Amino acid sequence: MRSDSIVGKSVPRKEGRDKVTGTSAYVDDMVLPDMLFGATVRSQIPRGRIRRITFSPQINWDEFVIVAAKDIPGKNCISLISDDQPCLANEVVSHPEEPVLLLAHPDRHLLPQAVAAISIEYEPLPAIFTIEESERRSEIIWGEDNIFKTYLIEKGEVDAIWEDADYIVEGEYTTGAQEQLYIENNGMIAAFDAAHGITVWGSLQCPYYIHKALMALCALPAEKVRVVQMETGGAFGGKEEYPSMIAAHAALLAMKSGKPVKIIYDRMEDMAATTKRHPSRTHHRTAVSKQGKLLGGEIEFTIDGGAYATLSSVVLSRGAIHAGGPYFWPNVRIRAKAVATNAPPHGAFRGFGAPQSLFAMERHMDRIAKQLGVSPIEIRRRNFLQPGQATTTEQVVREQINLERLLARALEVSDYQGKKEKFAKENQGGTIRKGMGIAAFLHGAGFTGSGERYLSSVVGVEGCADGGVRVLVSSTEFGQGTKTVLSQIAAEALALPYENVSMAQPDTLEVPNSGPTVASRTVMVVGKLVQSAALGVKQTLISSNLLGDAYNAEEFRAACQEYVATHGQLRSWSRYEAPADIFWDDQKYRGEAYAAFAWAVYIAEVTVDLTTCGVSVDDFVALQEVGKVLHPLLARGQIIGGVAQGIGFSLYEKVVWQNGRMQNGQMTNYIMPTATDLPPIRVFFEELGNVYGAYGAKGIGELPMDGPAPAIVNAVADALGIHFDFIPLLPEDIMDGLEDGREKEGLAASSHQSALGLAGRIR
Amino acid sequence: MTDSRAIRAKAQISFTINGGTKTVQAHPMERLLDVLRERLQLTGAKEGCGEGECGSCSVLIDGMLVNSCLVPVLQAEGSNIITIEGIAAGDTLHILQQAFLQCGGAQCGICTPGMILAGVHLLNRNPEPTWEEIREGLSGNLCRCTGYTQIIEAVAEAARRRATA
Repeated sequence: MRSDSIVGKSVPRKEGRDKVTGTSAYVDDMVLPDMLFGATVRSQIPRGRIRRITFSPQINWDEFVIVAAKDIPGKNCISLISDDQPCLANEVVSHPEEPVLLLAHPDRHLLPQAVAAISIEYEPLPAIFTIEESERRSEIIWGEDNIFKTYLIEKGEVDAIWEDADYIVEGEYTTGAQEQLYIENNGMIAAFDAAHGITVWGSLQCPYYIHKALMALCALPAEKVRVVQMETGGAFGGKEEYPSMIAAHAALLAMKSGKPVKIIYDRMEDMAATTKRHPSRTHHRTAVSKQGKLLGGEIEFTIDGGAYATLSSVVLSRGAIHAGGPYFWPNVRIRAKAVATNAPPHGAFRGFGAPQSLFAMERHMDRIAKQLGVSPIEIRRRNFLQPGQATTTEQVVREQINLERLLARALEVSDYQGKKEKFAKENQGGTIRKGMGIAAFLHGAGFTGSGERYLSSVVGVEGCADGGVRVLVSSTEFGQGTKTVLSQIAAEALALPYENVSMAQPDTLEVPNSGPTVASRTVMVVGKLVQSAALGVKQTLISSNLLGDAYNAEEFRAACQEYVATHGQLRSWSRYEAPADIFWDDQKYRGEAYAAFAWAVYIAEVTVDLTTCGVSVDDFVALQEVGKVLHPLLARGQIIGGVAQGIGFSLYEKVVWQNGRMQNGQMTNYIMPTATDLPPIRVFFEELGNVYGAYGAKGIGELPMDGPAPAIVNAVADALGIHFDFIPLLPEDIMDGLEDGREKEGLAASSHQSALGLAGRIR
Repeated sequence: MTDSRAIRAKAQISFTINGGTKTVQAHPMERLLDVLRERLQLTGAKEGCGEGECGSCSVLIDGMLVNSCLVPVLQAEGSNIITIEGIAAGDTLHILQQAFLQCGGAQCGICTPGMILAGVHLLNRNPEPTWEEIREGLSGNLCRCTGYTQIIEAVAEAARRRATA
């Protein structure tokens, strides 16, 4: 790396000026001539057959464009992994927010009344709403057994460990649904004409997901479908798959009406109908030696996928692979299962299954510590993965990661020991209890297993007619800094000023498929491809004798201009190739699950007020090893923002369900943290470097979502001496815990079994 | 949403906006947010919730920070409105906009216009706010990306810059 290196510097955000002046164009800021507004008529019941649809005579329906399933030119599905989710329900509805009809009108104010003036009569069918109901199979609502997907990860000889175990510790942990709550609601505009086909502009993460879905739905060839990302006001996974549905709806209305159609969800529709984080249940049964070593365990990880398969199989995969945490398991069996319920499909949300299974793992480590009478520090220290050891999928840790050192530094900066001693004294009287909680964890960057190989992402870098450099990727910016960091990488590779590099707008007509913007893959995987494509531009100029090996920015500009003047275009492409030493067995779910892991230790300090049962987080230390930090300001922003969402996940955000429908779909009753709710979030990086990522970077976006929940609940348990095994943990739950005199952590086995059916035995 | 047919009668409403006088023909009960975005093409104010909870539609009316989604346009008659489009002086960014760029106060950008107006409002009343006062001053505006820290730092930085300017 050069001494005047651009990576590692906090250069100005590419689109920053537009964002602070309010000139960035989001989809709702875009207006097309003759544009209509679209709305969705949804099912009102969780499950049933549609008998009859009645249009109230009070509305002049001639003014409206009306689309039903029969108007779909191609296949009635939102094509993703499997094609089970209809675009519009035809005969049967499987959840209470299922789209049935679409309306469009030039006056958007007339749409809500029109939607309300359509009544759908059903023959209701029995519905199921929980993991347990789905498992009982009293009703089969999906496939033959209500199961979308199962995985089995096995290492060693699990059945042989129980006999010799000094301790067997068992626990069950649950997490609730969580709404992504991007501040910009979902929205799309579609326009159609026979010559160009369908074009959609929208708020979205994955242009090529929508491209694929529209081709199948509209029965159009690839060149007749164009998807353009507008500035996107937050996503967090919530705009990974559902935008395909909205794009499909806008497209159908545009095709039928011959006019552009805009669909913008209001907050309540967005919260009720679009995806949320999968609710989960994790059961741990762990054999431990009296030296505090994990001998082995069984982990059952189950998620509620809602009514259709969508992304549940992939969320399940990541959750299962992360279920063992950053620990060495000589023997382990992880059974993972995604089941169907009659709720709107759950989907992608930052962390993607890992926050759920890691909550369980890290709560369980504290439970094991209590059972053994060792500290939460010691139980982790004795079991951390070491370089050379293998993960639960038999992936050998090749990085020189030192988790003990991460833990030691986190303990030091949080003053963990000092605070523990202080709180032990102060917690004796009064109505305030304070506690400290630790979470150690890891997060794999990029698609799992063979995922990146299947994606086979392509990236382009262009030397432009004006001599500037343009990066062509379908990777999208929605707050993380995609445009900025990928520009830094191209500038670094070409030894050019950052200002000389621009980013093409993600538009499928213009940019290649560099894969979806998900899975903490953009900087590490796509960034690496940008680096190599950029070098290709330089190589072309050098081999054309337009540029010497050593050049300055002006010489590069001139060479570029001359090349383009002569040849018309200068573009260099780079396609992903899996490293030769990466092995993954999809059948046995074994091998190199991720090209790299980020590692972290988070520590929370909390106060519980015994009068109000309110919890405040007073200090939060987030220490992580993420490879080379390419942009310190953006990286810190990602960590703080992720921790804030994690605090919401732990203590505030509860989706209230009734018959599969969200009851609190407003910002007034679904509570996310405000500026006054959050503690100082102190961010620390360790930088080991990583051979796979661009300039040593690993993924960072999802990592900070994994740690806060277990660290905070561990801290609350520490403060109160009460075991809580679920989130969100609201004041009323704490009140119940205090009043019930619920099972204290570390009590003898018999009381565990009688209170909660949790087994713990001491030999 | 209201039925536009029931309130078809339009009124002539005048106000000062970002330093210039504007007169619009609008239904009296139309939301100021819609008038700004649809009639005046001032799309910097965003609709996040439509019920005054998220603050993304914040504007200043006679120096007060308000959610424009809750203001019937008739109420703006004769008032002085500042939107995000009126914060920079031509090409020169406001000191708080500069601080947002420097401190990482904007991520996805959707809450940013409202946050900047909330910050400007705070700094106008209290040029040297404490950390707590900044948190309080921004607490009516929701941000899902940043965890607020870098926004609070931006406001503190703007105050510092102004004090040392």
